[in-house]
Amino acid sequence: MSGKNSGYLDMELLRFTTAGSVDDGKSTLIGRLLYDSKAIFEDQMEAIERASERAGGEQVNLALLTDGLRAEREQGITIDVAYRYFATPKRKFIIADTPGHIQYTRNMVTGASTANVAIILVDARLGVLEQTRRHAYIASLLKIPHIIICVNKMDLVQYKEDIFETIKNDFEAIASKLSVKDVRYVPISALDGDNVVDRSKNMDWYQGPTLMYLLENIHIGSDINRDDFRFPVQYVVRPQSREWPDYRGYAGRVASGVVNVGDTLMVLPSGFSSKVKSIDLFGEQYQQACAPLSVTITLDDDIDISRGDMLVKVGNGQPPRVDQNIDVMICWFNEKKLVIGGKYALKHTTSEVKCMVKEVQYKVNISDLEKEHNNLEVGMNDIARISLRTTKPLFFDSYNVNRTIGSIILIDEATNETVAAGMIV
Amino acid sequence: MDKYQINHLKELEAESIFVIREVAAQFEKPVMLFSGGKDSIVMFHLALKAFWPAKVPFPLLHIDTGHNFQETLDYRDRLMEKTGAKCLVALVQDSIDKGRVKEETGYNASRNKLQTVTLLDAIEEHKFDAAMGGGRRDEEKARAKERFFSHRDEFGQWDPKNQRPELWNLFNGRKNMGEHFRVFPISNWTEMDVWQYIYMEKIELPSLYFTHKREVFERDGVILATAPFMKLRDDEKPKVIDVRCRTIGDITCTGLTLSSANTIEDIIQEVAASRVTERGGRADDKRSEAAMEDRKKEGYF
Repeated sequence: MSGKNSGYLDMELLRFTTAGSVDDGKSTLIGRLLYDSKAIFEDQMEAIERASERAGGEQVNLALLTDGLRAEREQGITIDVAYRYFATPKRKFIIADTPGHIQYTRNMVTGASTANVAIILVDARLGVLEQTRRHAYIASLLKIPHIIICVNKMDLVQYKEDIFETIKNDFEAIASKLSVKDVRYVPISALDGDNVVDRSKNMDWYQGPTLMYLLENIHIGSDINRDDFRFPVQYVVRPQSREWPDYRGYAGRVASGVVNVGDTLMVLPSGFSSKVKSIDLFGEQYQQACAPLSVTITLDDDIDISRGDMLVKVGNGQPPRVDQNIDVMICWFNEKKLVIGGKYALKHTTSEVKCMVKEVQYKVNISDLEKEHNNLEVGMNDIARISLRTTKPLFFDSYNVNRTIGSIILIDEATNETVAAGMIV
Repeated sequence: MDKYQINHLKELEAESIFVIREVAAQFEKPVMLFSGGKDSIVMFHLALKAFWPAKVPFPLLHIDTGHNFQETLDYRDRLMEKTGAKCLVALVQDSIDKGRVKEETGYNASRNKLQTVTLLDAIEEHKFDAAMGGGRRDEEKARAKERFFSHRDEFGQWDPKNQRPELWNLFNGRKNMGEHFRVFPISNWTEMDVWQYIYMEKIELPSLYFTHKREVFERDGVILATAPFMKLRDDEKPKVIDVRCRTIGDITCTGLTLSSANTIEDIIQEVAASRVTERGGRADDKRSEAAMEDRKKEGYF
């Protein structure tokens, strides 16, 4: 292919989440990123212009781009997580755009679960608010590896450096209490585009990168755990055809680490070991596979392995923990409150078990980040630490070291609804 | 890129294969919807990859409006023969004959909306509990809020305000009797990703996607193909020009693009330079601002 597009084939994928309410200029910022990277097409632009006119606005309201459902447009609010896409020659981006109101904590958690980067917007006039703390806490709870604090509306504070510095210091005080490793700060004006894609002419004092430069260059290669090979078996491939009478492959997605042909793997829960005979994908044979590839693995020995089992590499790093009693940080998603002593279905990797809630240890007050030990009633949007007992042992890593192998969801068996997201402590 | 870095197309592929395998594992009787358009062709290609060297463990289902381009039907039949997959066909004409739906009349008559009934009837008849579709979130704003696993009630309806939260790679496909799921394995792909992947994987496409001479006419700024069932107004004059399809639906609502692109590379260049969305040419979306949302709620693809 000619030079221009062949480069596109080598883009990395970066997922980020944006937290903030309408007033922070979040939708304007997303509109700006999409517009400046030419991801908005003419017919979409015309539709927004028409809608802006109808709403009586003077300026084209880029925020309208992100209101997908009729109820959202009518009420002028965002109800659900919306996914947006744009690309630059370096990276393809997936934005999980989540509403920031307190009652939508569950949407923020959902958007954060797969993100590499969280963008948190702070209004330069208002500084660090309770809401900023909440967003930062959720980003740290969900272990988003990188946080970018965008101090927005710098145009409304005369682009003053000391305002930016104050906000930076205030947030650093919060970050030191949370386990966030990588925090960056950028002073921007989303409305005018200052330091979003192009460097601002109004803030000579800021020598750091623009937001787009950060998004394109933040190192995400180490975001995935590269040490501990974990492969939850998703599906057993058995063609039983004339051409492949004895083929028995274990299909799944590498959750973390790396596997090579010839490596010795252990099967959980049985504990048997065998060597990797081949790593297949559609007739292609790989010598090696790393996260997050989907492949099919065959082994030298015939071992009874089924969906829900896990292949792990022996002899490097930590083996997974095996236990029926687990402690979990949960975010509750349902109007029906958590029942202590109640039974739920639990999904973990490709396995499903039942569990019982033994106790609620504490709730986290999401506004001041203090632990509450007195009021232990867990309802919609609450975050709590609970203890569970499962009917069968789980093999897992803590969420801190492995986001895929350390995460669970709880399902109400009467309604089939997903009632909680959990991070294993 | 460092040693373990994989490119965006391989990562999207891995995600979609994971979703397709989850469907095969979690449901008893899944089906994959197939339209003969590029998105469903890519989705089927991913299914072939997911289960190789075994055959795809579910059938395909084509909802045939009776207004398809012949090239689409020929391509479908060739593909099934080549891969040994099974494709069921449900005819909108049958739904009309049975009185389940009423044919639209007038100049802009289309069977697009009628497909929903045919689809829901086919799902009920075969007792399918999951139907995979090639919908992408970047296509349309109502789709931007769609889940990978989208729950449908016993009437096949979507309730956008009451969707199940979807976190990490944990997909909840539990349901009651009579309910089903719509699953969208390529949710996170953009139009450009689809074309780049077709290029990378050397996937064969129907000839409609490449430039060809066709008799067309213009209506409301959209170029449409002529066909025996297309009623032309007096001022609409057919002419033969070089066009290609950017998306393929049925003839009544597929806007054609003036184009001389005859390779995938040409198409990628064209998409990269394009200033209107691919659905900009779809008459079915022009009906109102919430046209897609309304159709989706009723059980559309």
